[in-house]
Amino acid sequence: MNSLSKPRNWEKYFWPVLAAALLFAIWHYCVVWTGTNIFPSPLDVEKGMAELLHKGVLWDDIEDSVRRVAVGFGAAAVTGIPLGLTLGLYPAANQMVNPVLQILRPISPIAWIPIAIILFGVGDRAAVFLIFLGAFFPIVLACVSGVSSVPSIFQRTGRNFGLSSTQLLARVVFPAALPQILIGLRIALGIAWVVVVAAEMIAVESGLGYLVIDSRNSGKRYDLVIAAMLLIGVIGLILDLGFRSLEGLPSVRWGFRHES
Amino acid sequence: MRLKLHVQPRPLLFIGVLLICWQIAINRHPGQLLPGPLSVLRAIGDLMHSGLLLKYIVASLFRVTWGFALGASLGIPLGLAIGWNRRAEMALNPLIQIFRPISPLAWIPVAILWFGVGDMAAVFLIFVGCFFPLLLTAMSAVHNIPALYIDAGRNFGLSPFAFVSRVLYPAVAPQLVVGMRITLGIAWLVVVAAEMIAVNSGLGFLIVDARNAGNRYDLVVAGMVIIGAIGLLLDLGMRSLERVKSFRWSYSED
Amino acid sequence: MSLTNAANTPAVAAMKLRAEQLCVAFERDSKSVSVLEDITFDISDGEFICIVGRSGCGKSTLLNVLAGFLAPTSGSVIIDGEPVHGPDPRRILVFQEHGVFPWLTVEGNIGFGLSKLPRAEREHRVAHYVQMIGLQGFERTYPSDLSGGMKQRLQVARALAVNPDILYLDEAFGALDSITRLAMRKELLRIWQTERRTIIFVTHDIDEAVQLADRVVVLSSNPARIEDILTIDIRRPRNISSPHYLELRDKLLEQIGQAYTV
Repeated sequence: MNSLSKPRNWEKYFWPVLAAALLFAIWHYCVVWTGTNIFPSPLDVEKGMAELLHKGVLWDDIEDSVRRVAVGFGAAAVTGIPLGLTLGLYPAANQMVNPVLQILRPISPIAWIPIAIILFGVGDRAAVFLIFLGAFFPIVLACVSGVSSVPSIFQRTGRNFGLSSTQLLARVVFPAALPQILIGLRIALGIAWVVVVAAEMIAVESGLGYLVIDSRNSGKRYDLVIAAMLLIGVIGLILDLGFRSLEGLPSVRWGFRHES
Repeated sequence: MRLKLHVQPRPLLFIGVLLICWQIAINRHPGQLLPGPLSVLRAIGDLMHSGLLLKYIVASLFRVTWGFALGASLGIPLGLAIGWNRRAEMALNPLIQIFRPISPLAWIPVAILWFGVGDMAAVFLIFVGCFFPLLLTAMSAVHNIPALYIDAGRNFGLSPFAFVSRVLYPAVAPQLVVGMRITLGIAWLVVVAAEMIAVNSGLGFLIVDARNAGNRYDLVVAGMVIIGAIGLLLDLGMRSLERVKSFRWSYSED
Repeated sequence: MSLTNAANTPAVAAMKLRAEQLCVAFERDSKSVSVLEDITFDISDGEFICIVGRSGCGKSTLLNVLAGFLAPTSGSVIIDGEPVHGPDPRRILVFQEHGVFPWLTVEGNIGFGLSKLPRAEREHRVAHYVQMIGLQGFERTYPSDLSGGMKQRLQVARALAVNPDILYLDEAFGALDSITRLAMRKELLRIWQTERRTIIFVTHDIDEAVQLADRVVVLSSNPARIEDILTIDIRRPRNISSPHYLELRDKLLEQIGQAYTV
């Protein structure tokens, strides 16, 4: 972008490593200088991570969190995509339903926790319900806007070739809206990952969110808190990268502006 | 797409039908914990009457305003600078990518440790929730400036200050406004969650307190309705900003 | 005398399309604005017709009516003796903008209208048209990796593959650079001469009309009426610097209201 000379190959590794090393050094010396014995240094966190791995509970927690996200997000996609496509295709229906969606959408999924607990009790299903709520609205809205921004020439071409309305949906509207739908799904997955951690901090007693809050409450083990946070970050990043790789598929690549 | 402000009969009718169905369902199953729309309405009335509603709304908005303002005033300039400098981006991008997906709520223990239970902790959580999305928006906004504009700006020999104010800023503004609207939505999600755990006032606290202190589910749902309505108003406010003329153009048609 | 090129067609060609007193009016601010008024013409089978007029005069509206995408306010379009009630795969409209489907490969685009055919037949047809438009080696390429001219040839091939009687082209080459446009005209004429479809081509480019058409329909503006129907009686391949070519071109320019000096 700017006119500085083109970075050389070695810089690709040098700068990130330097930045990470600096961050760890600053962190470490802040802990040392302030003399805190609650907040952990990077080394403590590394020991905490090792301890979690050693005890074997970590994998169960990761599995619980990922499973909840998979089920809640999957349910939101399975219901949200058809609803969004329908609303996008029939503006009259959208005009009726859209205000309801707009009112429900800004209600934090976390605010549904009391309702989720009445409906499903404390447990997996309550957490899955919250994740579903968090992912559902972005998916529906992405589908509606994806469908309504399909250029009319594509639809006219489809009709010109004699497609029925279901064929038009499957062969023209859906593929044309797919890039936007994928963006919506990726955003929804990010939200699902935020919600699962929050839900686990309040509504269930397992998973990475529970690990964070439990490590604090039972004995102020801040080394474990930070270790769990880093894990949440890394897994979230992996989920996002996995989804991003879908955007490179040939039949949707045209819909994304490529950043170098 | 957008919610029009002028009154349309059909959506209102649809909402009315939904509310009536809800009330009928509640009437047919008495003894449920879930409240009907009438008792929710009554609860909102009670809350307004006691003055608690206004107090909690102000508390929540206060936290969102500070957290968002701090996140924007640090995240946007930093993002622009990192986006502009390739080496800085190479260095910091991996770290940013790891911090970004950490739920702001996972910071709660750290927030409480550093700031204690109170407003500062909540503001910090909202700040964390706003900082990373705005940082990334600003970075990608810089990337998306067409090279043409930059070359044109250089061609006219603008001073660095004039370059920033007359080329860089107007070129990134439309994307920043969209990013700020989305981020404000995130801030509103975070404040509610933060108030459920880390503080003793605000709309999130209203919900959790109403449930814990005597299963007042009418107050729970009343709190949710207020949260939805304010979230919607914040979104509409930011959208009207998007319609300001100098922000309205975008690169989409190239 | 035949209206089509005497060298290539029988003296009396069957009538293909008739536009009868077409009128189109739109409601704008609760006032009726007339766009097309009393458009009547006949087109023979296998004829190449260009429709010209100033930009915004209603050329594209007329084409959309002929193709069945827009119902006329009054009047009718009759093709092969039957009135037109909607779009039909026997008549394909080719757009100016990027009308190729970006999510399908070259093969996928050409085969788009052929899903009812058995597989072997479909593959055969696709291969035939890939060759006709000279995109061999690009079968698996997506449109985002093709040039503008290639995309427009692809759109024409997609239309031809379903074997339509009539091809409507709406400013189809308008977005291409002038050299590519010249090549595309040659290509279109070659395809027309081998496949003998009726072609109705809307353009604002007078040279394009004189180079391609058997007859040129000239529309006036606000509302569009037929100003003239001009027969281009030059043998193909046409010499575009012959006095007769220039004479016809100047006549068209004059009818559109443009002097022929810059």
